[in-house]
Parts: sequence; C-alpha cells; structure tokens
Amino acid sequence: MTSWGVILGHWDLVLGDWASMPEMLETLIIMVVKVGVVFATLLLVAAYMTWIERKVIADIQVRVGPSRVGPYGLLQPIADGIKLFFKEDLMPGHVDRALFLLAPALSVVPAMIVFAVIPFGGTIPAFGFLSKPIPLYLSDIDVGVLYVFSVTSLGVYGIVLAGWASNNKYSLLGGLRASAQMISYELSMSLSVVGVLILVGSLRLTEIVKAQAGFSWWMGILPVPNWFVFSQPIGFLIFFTCALAETNRAPFDLPEAETELVAGFHSEYSSMKFAMFFMAEYANMATASAVATSLFLGGPLGPFGSSPVWFVGKVFVLLFVFIWFRASLPRFRYDQLMTFGWKRLLPLALANMVFTAILAVLWVR
Amino acid sequence: MELVLFVGLAAVAAVSGLLVVVQRHALYSAMFLIINMGSLAGLYVLLHAHFVWAVQVLVYAGAIMVLFLFVIMLLNLPREEVRWASRDLKRILAAALLSLVLLGELVLVVGFRSAGPSAGPALAPGFGTTETVGRLLFTTFLFPFEITSVILLVAIVGAMVLAKKHFD
Amino acid sequence: MHVPLSAYLILSAFLFVLGVIGVATRRNALIIFMCIELMLNAVNLSFVAFSRFLNSMDGQIFVFFVMAVATAEVAVGLAIILAIHRNRETVDVAELNLLKW
Repeated sequence: MTSWGVILGHWDLVLGDWASMPEMLETLIIMVVKVGVVFATLLLVAAYMTWIERKVIADIQVRVGPSRVGPYGLLQPIADGIKLFFKEDLMPGHVDRALFLLAPALSVVPAMIVFAVIPFGGTIPAFGFLSKPIPLYLSDIDVGVLYVFSVTSLGVYGIVLAGWASNNKYSLLGGLRASAQMISYELSMSLSVVGVLILVGSLRLTEIVKAQAGFSWWMGILPVPNWFVFSQPIGFLIFFTCALAETNRAPFDLPEAETELVAGFHSEYSSMKFAMFFMAEYANMATASAVATSLFLGGPLGPFGSSPVWFVGKVFVLLFVFIWFRASLPRFRYDQLMTFGWKRLLPLALANMVFTAILAVLWVR
Repeated sequence: MELVLFVGLAAVAAVSGLLVVVQRHALYSAMFLIINMGSLAGLYVLLHAHFVWAVQVLVYAGAIMVLFLFVIMLLNLPREEVRWASRDLKRILAAALLSLVLLGELVLVVGFRSAGPSAGPALAPGFGTTETVGRLLFTTFLFPFEITSVILLVAIVGAMVLAKKHFD
Repeated sequence: MHVPLSAYLILSAFLFVLGVIGVATRRNALIIFMCIELMLNAVNLSFVAFSRFLNSMDGQIFVFFVMAVATAEVAVGLAIILAIHRNRETVDVAELNLLKW
C-alpha cells in the first residue's frame, strides 16, 4: 500500500519511457529499502508504545509499571504479542464474515500509508555507487496535505464496519459513536491546517518543512526557530485536540473505554484481529504526531540541518503528550464531546483561518 | 506502464461497478461503490488531475459514503428479496435491453470517433495542480463557486429539517 | 504506449450504463441512490478525460462543482429516505404508490 504513494511520487519515472535499466533498478531498490525501513520502524514504534505508555502512566501515578518481563519490562510487548497470538481467535456465530475480517485491516492500513508523504530527514548524499542523493522521504506529491487528510478520513471505515459486522448492539452503538466523533473532528482538523497553508502557499510537505527553516530573534534576544507552532499557536492546539479525538484517545475515548459499552466496537474481536485494532490505534497516534511535527514543529529540521533524529525526537515528544493527557484528564461525555467539536472548535478554526488570511494580506511579502 | 495501470484500474472500476448494481444487501453495494470511487481516483492520477483525485477520496469516498453507511446501518434493512412478479420481469428486461442499446450507441459514437492523436497534447505547466484550480475558482468561476456555497447551506438546512423527528 | 481518449470514454459509458440499469432495475431506494452516484462518477471521469486531452482546466473545475452538488444531493436524499422509512417502514420504491391511479 505504501508503494502506491511511492509510485505517485516518482511518477515521471514510471510514466515515461523506460529509463536505462540500471537506473530503474537502482531507484526500485532504494524505494523498497526506504519503504521497508519506514514500515519496520512504524511497527516497532506501535509495539513499543504499549510499553512506553504503561511506564509513563505508571510514573505519573507513582507506581512502577511493567518491570518483570526482561530488564525494566522491555520484553513486555513481546510477551503481550505472544499471548495475543496464542489466544483463541473467535468468530461469533452470526457475524458478517467478510466485513468482520476486513475491518481490522481497514483500520490499520490508512494509518500506515500516510507515511508515504512525510519527510523524515534531509538527504543522504550520493556515495560513489549512487547516481544521485537519496532524499529521505518516500514520495513528494504535489497535494501532500490533501493526501494525508483523505487517507485519514478512510480510517473511519474500519471502526464503523467492525461495529456493524459484530452483530452486537453494543458494538454497533460504539462503532457509530466513534465514527461520528471522528468525522466531526476531521473537519476542524483540516481547517486548522489552512492557516499553515496560507503562510506557505503550497500543499507539498517538503515545501512546508522548508518554510520552517531558520531562526528569528524574539525581542532581539532569544533565537526562536521559524516553526509554525509559534506563528500559528491556535492552529496547532486545534490540530492536536482534533488528533486526540481522531485517534479515540483520552479525553475523547468514550467509544472504547472499558467502563462504557463493554469494549465498544471491538468487543467481539480476539487474538490477532484485536491486536490489529490495538496496533491501529498506536499507529494512528504515531501518524498524527508525525503529521503535526511536519506541519507545525519543523519536521526533521534541527539546528545543524535536517536529520531523522530530530524528526523522531519531536514525534516522541508529541507521543509523550498524548500519554500525558490520557493519564491526567477525565473523559468527555458524548454530548459534551460533540458540542465541543461542532460548537467550539469549528468556529475557532474558522476564525483562525480568517484571521490568518487577513494578516497574510496585510503583511504582503 | 501507463497502459498497465490503466487496464488494472479500469478492470477494478468496471467489476466493482457491476457488483454495486448486482448486490442483494445495500451495505455490500456501498463497499463496492467505495472501491469503484477509489479506482476512479487512480484513473484521475493517470489523467494528471491532482486536486481532483484528492478531493474525490476526501469528499466522495471519505464523507459521502460514510453518510451512506450510517443511513444503511441505522435503517437496518434485511436483504432485498428476489420476488419479481411477471410484470416486474418485463420492466426489468426492457430496461436492461434499452440500457444495452444506449451503451452500444455511446461506444460507437463517442468511443471510437474521439478526435486527436493518441498521446494527447502537451499540458500547460501546473495543469491540474491545486494552485491552478484555486486560481480559476476565484477568477473565472467565482460566481458558480459562491452559488455552490449557498447550495451546501440549503442542503444542510434541508437535511436537518427532513430528518428531525418532531417539531418543537 | 499511451492510453487513448476513447478508452476512458468507453469505460465512462460502461459505468454510466451500469448506473442506468441499476436505477431502472433495483427496488431498494438506497441502492438506486448509489447507482445515481455511480452515474455521477462516470460523468466525472468523462470530464476529467476530456480536460486532459483538450488541455483545458474547465473539465476539472466542473468536476469540483459536480462533487459539491452531489454532496448536497446525497445529504438531502438520505434525509428524505430516512423520513420515508420512518413513515412507511420500508424503502422499497414499489411500495411507495400512494399517488398511483
């Protein structure tokens, strides 16, 4: 699936006549290696987020967290994986088999293919045997931001179909609630980014990252990077809040809270399919953090140039904030949640967009 | 390469279109329609329509079809039964025959007599990009754009009024 | 090897006629509605194909408007279907025959 985004990015190569064979082969191999690295990293992050989350929440709650399985409990995700793998994979009697099997996949895939457009580094310079430097993104399509939002809006289907296919009224209600929540907050999320787009003038994520390069001097003394989190603070806050709601994380996690509606849309799932939903949630978190760092926190930019280290660092800071919110805030009731999304965030996002547009016109550069 | 992608996407579009029409249960029709829209988005990529494919996935497959799914799930209808009466059968056969005649006409008239060389003209730079679409929407097509916003407002109000259970 | 315009138009015609068959044949109002959407998509494909082969952006702009109108139409149409279901407990169009002679 990620190769689809890669094909889109290297369209001029794919569309035209066959370039010279060695060059084509080299491009193909580099593509495959990049896709493999990104995919493997994403899976590893999704797995180890469980450990990080449990440890951080334990610290906030002044207790220890997993510490028995391996040093500092580091083998806990592996133990959990093995346990889930060996559990009995139940498929209840009257479920809709095709949709029941399809739903977890539909949940995971959109979260992962967003990474096809996110720039996670600068460039690797061409060594002796390479024909050109390797840019550290999988593809650089012209409508990067639109691609991100269109793919995340497909993530709703996994949840709504899981709720339906389970043939269980609690699952159905949980699924419908979760998907209504997701589509409500999608709108404010897209609008909050429009301010950034006005300032950059392009939908390409590499352009947006480039526009955040350099420093400005705040009050003449403090060097502040040109990141959009400083020029669009409201946009960033709205985006992050909507990302919390999109990923069904606390305080917006009513649809999947254990104390409500049994377990929501994934009540009837067990073993590997349940693991897929779990992984989908963490992958969604990683994706939302990655998009937020590219759009607002300067992506891979650091004081000494671009590097994946900065990108990963910023993503982990945002993931920590995700976990922090879960440990600290109580959950919203469903009507409070919907009111917040439609009556507070949406007008605020619109006002932010209008305000940014007015400022951009007044400050014509 | 373009030919391979076109044949693949066109096959997916055609087969999923056929399955939309033939399914018994509305939910499966909706799923195949989503696949159809996805393959059409792929065809738009081949046709250098960058903004259009993104909006197709975002709006059509990502929002309109979700709305369809919601309604199908809320109504919770059983599978459509195939109890066609004899008068129905006559109607269905007539419809199918006339539609095939239409298809034949379209293919013969439009399909095989389209003008122009096979490769298509060289495209203007920035063809199909968001910037070009935005520029045109705010200059040449400004009036339809504003009217569209009014249409959407009317649709919102109309949908809310029609779907309300009782008037206060 | 380039794909000619006629290929896109034949595909578009095929999808359009599938939509027509669906609207004329099926009885479930929701499926009829989905076949209407199929027809709109087929027409969008024609527009975009012509836009590319005539090097004119007008086709793609029109597709944008078709999508906006389709969105509005789906919202109102589904609300109507919900209202009908609430009243008559069915979405079978053969049962909606109050005005029949």
